[in-house]
Amino acid sequence: MGKTVVAEHLSAFFGEHQILHDVSLEMQANQVTAIIGPSGCGKSTFIRCMNRLHETVARATMTGRVLLDDENVYEANSVWVRRTIGMVFQKPNPFPAMSIFDNVAAGLRLNGIRKKSVLAEQVERSLHMSALWDEVKDRLSAPSASLSGGQQQRLCIARALAIEPAVLLMDEPASALDPISTLRIEELIEEIKCQYTIVIVTHNLQQAARVADTTAFFLSGEIIEYGRTTDMFTTPSDKRTEDYVTGRFG
Amino acid sequence: MKSIWSAWSKNQLDRLFSSILLTFCLVIILIVGTIVYELVSRSALAILHFGFHFLTGQVWDPVHQVFGALPFIYGTVVSSVIGVILASIVGIATAILLTQYGSWRWLDLISILVELLAAIPSVVYGLWGIFILAPWLRQSVEPILNRGLGFLPLFQGQGYGVGMLAAGIILAVMILPTITAVVRDVMQAVPNELKDGALALGATKQEMVSLAILPQAKRGILGAIMLALGRALGETMAVTMVIGNRPQIAASLFAPGYSMASVIANEFTEATSKLYESSLYEIGLVLFLLTVVFYSLARLLVWRIRLQMRVNA
Repeated sequence: MGKTVVAEHLSAFFGEHQILHDVSLEMQANQVTAIIGPSGCGKSTFIRCMNRLHETVARATMTGRVLLDDENVYEANSVWVRRTIGMVFQKPNPFPAMSIFDNVAAGLRLNGIRKKSVLAEQVERSLHMSALWDEVKDRLSAPSASLSGGQQQRLCIARALAIEPAVLLMDEPASALDPISTLRIEELIEEIKCQYTIVIVTHNLQQAARVADTTAFFLSGEIIEYGRTTDMFTTPSDKRTEDYVTGRFG
Repeated sequence: MKSIWSAWSKNQLDRLFSSILLTFCLVIILIVGTIVYELVSRSALAILHFGFHFLTGQVWDPVHQVFGALPFIYGTVVSSVIGVILASIVGIATAILLTQYGSWRWLDLISILVELLAAIPSVVYGLWGIFILAPWLRQSVEPILNRGLGFLPLFQGQGYGVGMLAAGIILAVMILPTITAVVRDVMQAVPNELKDGALALGATKQEMVSLAILPQAKRGILGAIMLALGRALGETMAVTMVIGNRPQIAASLFAPGYSMASVIANEFTEATSKLYESSLYEIGLVLFLLTVVFYSLARLLVWRIRLQMRVNA
């Protein structure tokens, strides 16, 4: 089951440069929350703070709290946090030297699962979930680089799902993909959201409108508006949100 | 009055300029060509006289005009391999620290120190080897190795300090900057997405390095090792000062040996007969070929990494 993620008074910095200014947002369990906004508004930095990936970059710091149900992410073990909060990136990033199977199994192996039958079962289940199984079932030992961009991205989703996280962060997961692959990934989000909390950063407003239950609009490192997706796109309360969703800037 | 230059069109000037550049380039080609030609022609006498036995012969006896190069080939290869193994361990570890543990504030200092090692003249390493490394090996390291690992032929016999082990260690220090710098660059070239991908799966730093960094950097690391090996094979001064200069093949690393570069440096002035001189030239030729092979391998590996980087970028 998904867990609710709550960001409280989050500020993030790269050196002296402040990226996020006191951002608070609640991402409901088993729902899709979309984060929209123009480039450089801090969307990616925000979700990288959720699984503590932000702090792995040199000179990157943050203040504030992130709660996973009732647990403070920043007081927990960062490895545990990242196993509980999975992530899919903008650019498909399978490990190029590894086979398709090994890519999906990588996270399981990190968790100490060595038994072949368990691995095989879990890999198949994950590939089914990411709708890639039928395309790769006959060549699981092929190198991951032999897949197309869209397939690689679904492979990365399978890799993230294999360790059964509670939350799945998606950083513009379809921005590098063709329309058909994009559609498949949106269908996939629809199918798995009953089991996960999904947070998706997207540049594509239609995509946010299609997949998200809740949408948050970021501008210059601040949350301008946040609410039900339908409301955000039909009756936004802030002028800047209206300008953005109607395509007047961004 | 118009100057002579204005009569020239820009095109002609350009052509003149490029032919000047070409002339300077030809100098390089000429130098390499001459070296190869001279090495081959001057070693012809020894090649004809000893044939293939030159490479397998173990006797180096100027008095009786018998010359076999195997002890020198052995000495060069073994001391270089020891050096490369030691330097790889330290260099790769340092490179991982430098690239993946970026928040530690002493890293810049380490980076500078490692590069400083490359600036120390060879002969200074040799001095350090004779007066500090060799006594330390003789008094502390070699007896300990002998007691602990004496069942291996590698660590048997009397330790003199100077010898194969000392040469290997000196070489390791000298090639450490090469290995560290190249491996550091190769590791920096690994895309951040791969690091993020591993970390996002809940990998610890060490797991991230073995999952995302090492498989990507593997070929570049191999290239760095080859490059360093190429350097180690030809290193003369410091090795000459600590290897012991005795043309023999011994299983023990404690025993003195001799290297190709050292014998050329030491005996060139004494090479009174034509055959003696020609034999030294042939050693030079063998050394040259050996170095060329390793440099080419290294170049090839590093070049393919660069190509990969350009594709990714």
